[in-house]
Amino acid sequence: MNSVRIRVFGVIREIVGSNEVEMNISGPVPARDLLDLLAKKHPRILEWQPYLRVAVNHEYLPGGATVSPGDEVALIPPVSGG
Amino acid sequence: MEPLIEIREGTIDEHAVRTHVASEDAGAIVVFTGTTRAAAGGRTVRYLEYEAYRPMAEKKMAELSGMASRKWPLTGVAIVHRTGRVGAGETSVVIAVSAAHRPEAFEACRFLIDGLKSEVPIWKKEVYGDGHAWAGGDAVSGPGEASP
Repeated sequence: MNSVRIRVFGVIREIVGSNEVEMNISGPVPARDLLDLLAKKHPRILEWQPYLRVAVNHEYLPGGATVSPGDEVALIPPVSGG
Repeated sequence: MEPLIEIREGTIDEHAVRTHVASEDAGAIVVFTGTTRAAAGGRTVRYLEYEAYRPMAEKKMAELSGMASRKWPLTGVAIVHRTGRVGAGETSVVIAVSAAHRPEAFEACRFLIDGLKSEVPIWKKEVYGDGHAWAGGDAVSGPGEASP
């Protein structure tokens, strides 16, 4: 498996226009790079970038962490449950 | 007692949530009910639409429940959150906590709703007559929104 699923929610889902995006990666990459790639395709993501958290396999990632092929990545905009 | 952790479409049976934490060992049950406001930032909300990243949201809710149970001697925890369309004034979340004494039940319930609002991946869209906006959450705002 040489790809990651990136699930998107809320305002990011609306910007991207679908629930998830698949990206090809050949090995571990910094989560930040995936976000930059996605923002290149969908520039409106840039305004949300400072507020986004990245989750991998249902866990929030510490800043600077890497993502590996096969991981389930999610972009988490500011949560507003309750 | 196993905690009740649930994300569901459709209305929440508040009595069932409360009943889940009832116990002969409990001297207090605290129930928090979150309801939706009809006004947001001076605009009238027609309805709200909740969206969840379900597997992670349920995991985070279970983690919060575990943290609360380690922090306080609780006899029961239940957290139920709605998704989908929720009309103004309706219930969107119910948290019930039971304990031998009321201080820990109050404190744990407060901890759980605060934790849910900052850590659990659930989003609320406010739908107005002429558009919609994603609520920015308690702790952080998005671009163009005033910081609380």
